[in-house]
Amino acid sequence: MNAAGAGGVAAIAVAVQIALVGVGAPLLGGLMRKVRCRMEGRAGPPLRQPLRELRKLVRRERLRPEHTSWVYGAAPLVLVATSVVVAGVAPIVTTRSPLAGGADLFAIVYLLLLGSLFLGLAGLDSGTAFGGMGASRALTLGALAEPALLVAILALAVPAHSSSLPVIIHGTLRHPGWAIGPARVLALAAFVVVVLAESGRLPFDNPSTHLELTMIHEAMVLEYAGPDLALVTASEQIRTAVLLGLLMTVFVPWGVATSSAPLAFVWGAITLTAKVAGAGVALAAFEVVTAKLRLFRLPELLAAAFVAATLSVLVALVTA
Amino acid sequence: MSEAILVAAAVLGVLAAAAGLALPAGRRVSAAAGLTLLACVAAGWTGAQVLVSGEPIQLHSALILPLTGVQLEVGPLGALFMVVTAAVGIGATIYGVGYASHGLGGRTAAAALPIFITSMLLVPAAGSVATFVVVWELMAISSLVLVLVEHRNRAATRSAAQWYGVMTHIGAGAILLALVLLAAHAGGQSFTTIRAHTAHLSRPVRTIVFLLALVGFGSKAGAVPLHVWLPKAHPEAPGPVSALMSGAMVNLGLYGILLVGDELLGGGPGWWWLVVLGVGVLSALFGALHAVAASDLKVLLAYSTTDTVGLMLIGIGAAGVFAAAAHTDAAAVAMMAALLLLVNHAAFKPLLFLTAASIQRASRSRDLDQLGGLMRRLPVTGPLFLVGALAIAAVPPLNGFVGEWLLFQSLLHGLANATLAIALAVPIAVAALALTAGLTAATVVKAVGIGLLGQPRSTGAAGAREVALSMRVGPGLLAGACVILGIAPMAVLGALQPVAATLVSATPIQILRPGVGLKLAGIPAAIYPAWLAVGILAAVLSLAWGRRALGRRGGPRPVPAWGGGTVTPTPRMAYTATSFAEPLRRVFDDVLRPDQDLDVSHVAESRYVVESIAYRTRVTDAIESQLYRPLLGAVTWWGERARRVQNGSVHRYLAFGFVALIVVLLVAG
Repeated sequence: MNAAGAGGVAAIAVAVQIALVGVGAPLLGGLMRKVRCRMEGRAGPPLRQPLRELRKLVRRERLRPEHTSWVYGAAPLVLVATSVVVAGVAPIVTTRSPLAGGADLFAIVYLLLLGSLFLGLAGLDSGTAFGGMGASRALTLGALAEPALLVAILALAVPAHSSSLPVIIHGTLRHPGWAIGPARVLALAAFVVVVLAESGRLPFDNPSTHLELTMIHEAMVLEYAGPDLALVTASEQIRTAVLLGLLMTVFVPWGVATSSAPLAFVWGAITLTAKVAGAGVALAAFEVVTAKLRLFRLPELLAAAFVAATLSVLVALVTA
Repeated sequence: MSEAILVAAAVLGVLAAAAGLALPAGRRVSAAAGLTLLACVAAGWTGAQVLVSGEPIQLHSALILPLTGVQLEVGPLGALFMVVTAAVGIGATIYGVGYASHGLGGRTAAAALPIFITSMLLVPAAGSVATFVVVWELMAISSLVLVLVEHRNRAATRSAAQWYGVMTHIGAGAILLALVLLAAHAGGQSFTTIRAHTAHLSRPVRTIVFLLALVGFGSKAGAVPLHVWLPKAHPEAPGPVSALMSGAMVNLGLYGILLVGDELLGGGPGWWWLVVLGVGVLSALFGALHAVAASDLKVLLAYSTTDTVGLMLIGIGAAGVFAAAAHTDAAAVAMMAALLLLVNHAAFKPLLFLTAASIQRASRSRDLDQLGGLMRRLPVTGPLFLVGALAIAAVPPLNGFVGEWLLFQSLLHGLANATLAIALAVPIAVAALALTAGLTAATVVKAVGIGLLGQPRSTGAAGAREVALSMRVGPGLLAGACVILGIAPMAVLGALQPVAATLVSATPIQILRPGVGLKLAGIPAAIYPAWLAVGILAAVLSLAWGRRALGRRGGPRPVPAWGGGTVTPTPRMAYTATSFAEPLRRVFDDVLRPDQDLDVSHVAESRYVVESIAYRTRVTDAIESQLYRPLLGAVTWWGERARRVQNGSVHRYLAFGFVALIVVLLVAG
C-alpha cells in the first residue's frame, strides 16, 4: 500500500473513532440506564432515549444567565472538543492512526483537564451558589484523583518504557503476562477508582440525582439549557465512553487493530464496542448496589487508589 | 561586537537610572523606560548571540571596581538567563509606563527600577566572585527599595519589606560565604580559575559550599522553608516590580544553584541532588496548597511561584541524581524540562502579576472576594489573565503543558535500571507533580472564576474600567509568548540543548524536531502540541458552527439565574474564594492549619433564636508560625538581654573596650 493510501485509511480511522464514540456514547448511556432499570425491576426507556433527549434540547432556544461572560458559552464547546480530540487521538480502535503517535497518556490526562477547567469556570460564571458549589467539589475531587492517575500511568509505563499508548498496547499484546501481573492488577484498581471519579459515577457522584446538596456535576451545570445543555450532556456521555474505552484498551488490548488491514480495523471497532458495552453493563450493575459516599470520605478512597498505584510502580520495578 | 553590546546594555541601564533621577516628573518615566527597554534589547541580543554561536563572551576591566576589577563572562547558561530576564524586563517596562501614574512615577522608583532590571541582566553575566556579589547585592537592594515604594498607603508593606530584607540578606550571607570559600580554596576569584581547580577540592569543602549555596540561592528562589518572604513581598510590591521579582529574580536563584552546583563544582554526589529534589517536592506541594487556600490574588500568585520553583527544583534535582547514577540521557531530559519550565515561568508568571495589578487598579482591590464580573468589564485584561492562568494549569495547548510533560518523561526514563533511591524518589516526585497539577487546576478556577466571572462583589469591581494601552500591550506580549511556547516549544528547546549539555555533560541530547512534533529519541515518546491545538480549535469551531446552525436564530437570551424559585441570586449568594477552597482546606488541614472562629449570638429572649453569626477563617503559613516565629522570639529575647549590657553609659563602653583589649593581648601573647 502506498503512503497516500495508508494516510487515507488512517484518516478514515480517526473519523470512524470519533463517529463511533460520538454516536456510541449516548447509546452507552441508554444501555447503562436500561441495565439499572432492569435490575431495579423497571422496564426502562429504550436504548436510544438519550439521543432523543439530545435532539429535543438542540432545538430549543439558547438561554444564558445574566451577568455571564463569553466563558459560559465557550465552556460546553471546549468540554466537548477536548473529549472529541481524545476520542480521535487515542488508539481505541486502531494503533495505526496518524495521530496515535501523539497519543500519550499524560497528554490525554491534561487534555481532559482542560475541559474540566472550563466547566468549573462556567459553574462559577453563572454566579449562583450551586454553580460555585459544584465547581468547588468537582475540582477538589479532580485534584485528589490526579496523583493516583499519574502514578498509575507511571506504573503502566514502566514495563513498556513509555507512556505512549500504542507502545503500551503493543507491549501488552507481545507479553500477555503483563496484563495479569500484580502490577497491572494494582494499577487497574487505581484506574477504576479514578475513572469513576473523573466520569462522575457512584460512589463519587450520582449522575441521576437532583437533590441539591449531594450534587456535584449536576450542580455545576444547573443553569445550562437548550443546545448548551445538549453539549454538556453529550460531553458527559462521551467522556464516560472515552474513559471506559481507554480503560479497556489499556488493560484488555486484544482486538485493537495493529495493522492497516480493513478487516482488522472492522474487528477493532466491533471488539471495542463489545468491550465498552461490557464495561458499561458492569458499571451500571455496580451502581445499583452501591451508595454514594459522603464527600469527605471520598479523599480516603482516592488515597487508597494512590497507594495501590504507588505499590504498582514498585512491583513493576521489582518484576521488570 | 557582542562585548560592546553587553557593555552598552550596562551603560544604558545606568543612563536610565540617571534619567529617572534627574529629569522632571513629566519626562522621567518615559525616558527611563525607553533607555531600560534598549538595555533589555541589547542584553537579550547578546544572550541570543551567545546561545546561537556558542562562543562565550569574556570581558575584564580594572577601572570600575577597586582591588578586584569587574569581570564579565557569558556562557550558554548565563546567556539563557540573560535572554529570559530581558524578555520579562521588556514586558514589565512597557507595562510600567502606563502604571507609573499609580505610584512608580516618583524619583526614587524611577531610578531604582532601571537599576533593578540592569543588575538582574548582569547577574548571569558576572564572571568572578566579586562582580557576582556586587551585582547580586545591587539587585537585592534596588528591589527592596521598590518593594517599599507604596509604603505610605499600607502598613503591611513595611513589614513585608522587613521580611524580604532580612531573608535576602541571610541568603546573601550564605552565598558570600560559599563563594569566598570556593575562591579561597581554588586560589583565585574568577569563575574560570575556580572551575579549573574544583576537582582538587576536598569533599567536605565541596559539600559545605554546595549546601551554603543551596540555602542562599534557595531563599532567593523562594524554596520551602525559605519562601516566607515571597507571599509578603510580592503582593506588596507595585505591579511591574512583583512581575520582575517573580518572573525574573526568582529564576536567578535557580541560576545560582545551577552555577555553583553544576558549573563551578561540576556536579557532585547523588545525595546533593536528592536533597534538591526533596526541597522541590516540598516546595511544589506547599506552594500549591497555600495557593489554593489563598483569597488574596497576589498572595495566591506568590505561592504559585513557590510551587513552580518546586517543579523546577524537581527537574534540576532529578537531573543531578540521574547524572550521578551515570544515566546521562535521562539527566539531559530532566535538565531540559527544568529549563523549559523556567522559560515558561518567565512568560506566564509576569503575565499573571501584571494583569493582577491591572485588576487591582481597575477594581481597587486584590481580595478575590471583592472582585467578580471583570471578564466583561476588562475585555482585554480578563482574557489575558485567563491565558496566563490556563498556562500555569499546564493544560494544552499552552506552554506549561510541554514543560510538565517533559518532566514526567524524564522521571519515567530515569526509572530504567533504577537504584533504590531513584526507585523511591521518582514515584514521590510524580505524585507531587500530579497533586500540584490538580491543585493548580483548582487554584486557577478559583482565581479566574471568583475573580473575573460571575457578578461583581463590590462597587469597585462593578465600576471597573479597562486599563491604559501600555498596561495591555506588555502583558499581551507575554501572553503571545505563552501561546507560541505552547504550540512550538521546539524552537526554544533547540536553544536549550547546548545549555543542558554544558550542565550535565551529556552526549547528544535526545530531542528531535520532526516538523511540528516533539520526540525523545531514547524512549518512544512524542507529542504534537501544534496538532493538539489545531484539533481543539477545529473541534471548538465546528461545534460552535453546529450550535448556530441547528439552534434558533440569534445569540443566547439573557435570563435571570435560578434562585430557588424566590429571588434572583445576588452576589452575596455566590460562592466566595474561601468557600470554594473549603473542601480542600478541610482535607489538608494538617498542612494548612486554618484558624477558625465561629461566634453565634442568640437573641436575649430565647437561645433557640439566633441573632447573628460571625465566622472568621484565616490560613496561616505553618512554616512561618512553627519555624520563624519561635526563632524571632529567641532573637528578640537575646536582644532584650543585650540591652542590659548596652545602657548608653560611656564609662561602661570604655570598660568594655579596655577588657577586650586585655583579652586580645592575653590571647595573642
